[in-house]
Amino acid sequence: MSVAPIVVVRDLVKTFAARGALLRAVDGVSFDVRQGETLGLVGESGSGKSTTGRILVGLEAATSGSINLFGQEISSTRGRVTPGAVRRRLQFVFQDPQNSLNPRMRAQDAIAEPLDVAGGWSRSGRNDRVRELLEMVGLPRSCGDRFPHEFSGGQRQRIGIARALALKPDFVICDEPVSSLDVSMQAQIVNLLLDLQERLGLSYLFIAHDLAVVRSISARVAVMYAGGIVEIAPKRELYTSPRHPYTQALLAAVPRITSNRAHTAVITGELPSQIDTVAGCTFHPRCPLAFERCRAEKPKLREIAPGHLAACHLQNTPA
Amino acid sequence: MAEKPLLSVENLTVQFRGDAGWVKAVEGVDFAVGAGECLGIVGESGSGKSVSALSILKLHNQSNTRYASGAIRYGDRDLLTLPQRRLRQVRGGEIAMIFQDPMSSLNPVLTIADQIMEPLRQHQGLSVQAARRKAIELLEMVRISDASRRIDDYPHRLSGGMRQRVMIAIAVACRPKLLIADEPTTALDVTIQSQILELLRELQREIGMSVILITHDLGVVAQFAQRVVVMYAGRVVETASVPALFERPMHPYTEGLIRAVPNLDEDVHRLTTIPGNIPDPSMSIAGCRFSPRCREAVKSCLSEPPALVDAGAGHFARCPPRIAAGGIS
Repeated sequence: MSVAPIVVVRDLVKTFAARGALLRAVDGVSFDVRQGETLGLVGESGSGKSTTGRILVGLEAATSGSINLFGQEISSTRGRVTPGAVRRRLQFVFQDPQNSLNPRMRAQDAIAEPLDVAGGWSRSGRNDRVRELLEMVGLPRSCGDRFPHEFSGGQRQRIGIARALALKPDFVICDEPVSSLDVSMQAQIVNLLLDLQERLGLSYLFIAHDLAVVRSISARVAVMYAGGIVEIAPKRELYTSPRHPYTQALLAAVPRITSNRAHTAVITGELPSQIDTVAGCTFHPRCPLAFERCRAEKPKLREIAPGHLAACHLQNTPA
Repeated sequence: MAEKPLLSVENLTVQFRGDAGWVKAVEGVDFAVGAGECLGIVGESGSGKSVSALSILKLHNQSNTRYASGAIRYGDRDLLTLPQRRLRQVRGGEIAMIFQDPMSSLNPVLTIADQIMEPLRQHQGLSVQAARRKAIELLEMVRISDASRRIDDYPHRLSGGMRQRVMIAIAVACRPKLLIADEPTTALDVTIQSQILELLRELQREIGMSVILITHDLGVVAQFAQRVVVMYAGRVVETASVPALFERPMHPYTEGLIRAVPNLDEDVHRLTTIPGNIPDPSMSIAGCRFSPRCREAVKSCLSEPPALVDAGAGHFARCPPRIAAGGIS
């Protein structure tokens, strides 16, 4: 890979105090995102994927770890202090366009709000930019004076995307951007994100629980479990030869349209509560292949093939 | 289904009172479920899949709902015209229901014990001690470990998957003939979803009950149901066996929906989309309700409401041009 990463995250940790105990929501996460690429971040609820995204954008402060955005070191532990010039290049698309848009704000004002906050836009320049953005996300240029409730769910997500693009960011974090949408709307939004990436050279961190959606948009995919990345690989490799038992179980659990029914519960048990810390590998209580070492020693994420990393004692030696 | 179905919904039309008068949420819906069968009902939001299912037990708010036409035949009874008192004997006894969100369908201020014992006391007249013993058995049946201790917990102490297990225990407490499951795994993670579907499958076999599974997830239907009803904008657009529907979808909407699902096992450049938006129920569309989004729509589609036609072998579709052309594109 010759392209330099624009996002470098190292050993990110986020703990929350919960009922007198410490909950490790994010537990030593490291990854890079390169210019123009999409890194998919997939995991089940409680895996820490959304918290990771929120720390990157400054909505949460990390407990420890380092973040480098566009070559500049960010104080990840203080939150919200990211320099404006850096912050502008980084934007966020939320899951639920129903709740993330102000119901009393017209579409054009929601889209222009980042411009108004950044300042330096003339009235006509601002309005031209709004119309340009509406067109860019596939909405009629004339619909800016409508309110959120006058749009469908898919259209509202288009508005959310237009708003995120207003300041011409380089890196967009999308947190479950299509999971509240119907299948026929979902495909439209995924394609729109792909088109915009091609046209504008955007990089995405695409956070989702739906493995098929993640495959359709990502170049590389990281799988999170109980606060840590258990596997990260180029897309095709992750889906065709997953190496971590959790990734394998996750892929096997998705009910497919095509395959024969051979449906059995693939793994038993549930995600551990992150308050009772699991010794050794966080997945060992559910892992069908766990052996003694897994219960005692936490496996490190290590390269097992070029660009393919897994945190599993069974994958100790390069294949 | 050669023999008489366990339950059949015939020409059901349900209207809700809206700001601008009565709106048809579903119109002329027909489907039937056989004894021991699992029928899937799939559709996107606004398709009327949940409205149809909730109508079976008349669970809609009475003050703003009108059952404008139809019948729901169960044995020799019509559930739509059954008196409230008699309907209550059916609900939770012979026909039980589970919902999407197990948190909001369990009562947060009652223990698990209270909630599982209620149908047992109500429908089977068990004593408190007998009901409690039975409740523990049921919790074990849905694989909740340490059931005799867990039974005195409140719902907030349980994970989402556990709560759905409790809901299922309540639903199957009286060994129902029919279980209506409305998006039972939508709120759950995929590894938990596969556990719950497996549990439902085992219980279905053990109790010999029929299941109506309502879902937006085509994969869940493909893996779990025998027959499928596809709904769009308040109408049934296609009915077929699971293999027939996925191998030879007849309605352009069904076909589009199957193609729009992102494939887990293949890389694509772009996803296949269905253009346009899902219509609002209050919007009146002449002719076929899918015609504004249909790439194959011909003139007659825009004016004449299409009928649901038997294309042979129990495969029904509401698309005259496709049926005339032999069905398969």
